[in-house]
Amino acid sequence: MARTDLSPAHRITMLKTKRFYGKGIPKVVLDELKGQLIVVEGADGSGRSTQIDLLRNWLERRGYPTVNVGLKRSMLVSRELEQAMRGNILGTRTLSLFYATDFADQLENRIIPALRSGFIVLADRYIYTLMSRAIVRGVEPAWIRDVYSIALIPDAVFYLAVSPRILVERNLRKHAVLDYWESGMDMHRSPNMYGNFIEYQRQIQKEFKVMQEHYGFETINGNRSPRAIQNELRAKIGAILNGKSGLTELTDEGSNDSNRTERIARSVTALANGDKRDQPAVRGQSAARHRTTDRVSE
Amino acid sequence: MTEVQNKESIAGKLVAVEGLDGSGKSTQVYLLKRWLELDGYKVFFTEWNSSALVRKATRKGKKRQLLTPTTFSLIHSTDFADRYERQILPLLNAGYIVLADRYIFTAFARDAVRGCDRTWIRKLYSFALKPDITFYFDVPLKTALSRILDGRTRVKYHEAGMDMGYSNDPYESFRIFQGKIYSEYRRMVHEYDFIRIDAAEPPDVQQTKVREILENRIDLPRYRWHGPIYPRHIA
Repeated sequence: MARTDLSPAHRITMLKTKRFYGKGIPKVVLDELKGQLIVVEGADGSGRSTQIDLLRNWLERRGYPTVNVGLKRSMLVSRELEQAMRGNILGTRTLSLFYATDFADQLENRIIPALRSGFIVLADRYIYTLMSRAIVRGVEPAWIRDVYSIALIPDAVFYLAVSPRILVERNLRKHAVLDYWESGMDMHRSPNMYGNFIEYQRQIQKEFKVMQEHYGFETINGNRSPRAIQNELRAKIGAILNGKSGLTELTDEGSNDSNRTERIARSVTALANGDKRDQPAVRGQSAARHRTTDRVSE
Repeated sequence: MTEVQNKESIAGKLVAVEGLDGSGKSTQVYLLKRWLELDGYKVFFTEWNSSALVRKATRKGKKRQLLTPTTFSLIHSTDFADRYERQILPLLNAGYIVLADRYIFTAFARDAVRGCDRTWIRKLYSFALKPDITFYFDVPLKTALSRILDGRTRVKYHEAGMDMGYSNDPYESFRIFQGKIYSEYRRMVHEYDFIRIDAAEPPDVQQTKVREILENRIDLPRYRWHGPIYPRHIA
């Protein structure tokens, strides 16, 4: 396989049934969700939005209809949530649930309908950011996992890991000011905002590392050039769209598709029950297996 | 927050009232509150769906019919969490008697009827302390329906469960929806040790019973204000 062919005509119509992490949304017929849900996670300044824009161009040029979703974009509560954030008056749990409402609204009204129509959904952040923010603020991990058991398991999650020092540089270069929440100013009250930012981002990254084991997403080295990152993302997404690979693939044993989805679901349930020993390791697809010649030409 | 606070370490007492619309529970909890505050006790009253911050979003969602069972559930849990984090829990820690007109059981009943998973709903609210006393105002479905339908000309869209598509007639829909909620409450009576109050009895008779139970279960003198009583507490 020298080339990753992404034209829809060549797409392998492998029926990979979607799954929720838990009971999910009532009355959703999972078999109808033919599209792909691809998540890009990362801090502000990790290059998330740039990468998503490039991915969208790439996909649409190849004829894949694409929909973008992200945090705080629901019709239901985005404005109210924005106001609440500005005032910083909500408690941690309340804020978590407010975000969960925003997420659920988009899941039901944008993500699921788009997947039903066979679209590719590019999610600029997903539940993982929301969970890590809540956990570093002291919310019980099991509780927040239960809240988000309504979420669909994405076809792929890419986490752009950028060292806090590079993040701080990029944010300052772009805005000349650090965001209050991304600096964890509600938690770290030191007068040194620069230090708070670094400390907070470290904590979030630590949480992502823990979650990576549980949820099996891929960490992408975001310290590199946008082009290098984009090439890696395209290679991996190309493999997924050709039905060759996916986030949910287990690296050990050649387990078949339904088998592995089941194991993922089981490991997630085990997690929710606080069982940390008896779950199978869930890992992302190794990058080396698929090479592509489809380079970024921009 | 990592551990839900141990109940023994909380000085206050939590009293919840539950029941169908039209069961008379709001009247009863109002009378309870008047009695306690006029007699000089530390009392705080909180109502379902009343957090100022979240209410705006809820109202918009309801008015424009944007809510699904899941978002309906989550937005109400957000409202509850706001009141819980900022008022109910701090006041309980400060040794208040907190009276709640509807508590987590309302969500358990309504969200289950709307099709949300029962376990998920319970986990969503797992951070909330269980009440020391939950009064359940039990009234025959017929009586509750006639109290609401005779008294008011219009039932609201979500109150009538119109989002569930039971019927195009709001009154018929309301009857069906309330009937289903009624069965949910009945399931919970034993699960959560509700104290059943016969809400078909005259209001003053009910109130006498409620006060008796409260006095038996709660060492009231512990909850008295000390020092000078402020003007708003003078009868």
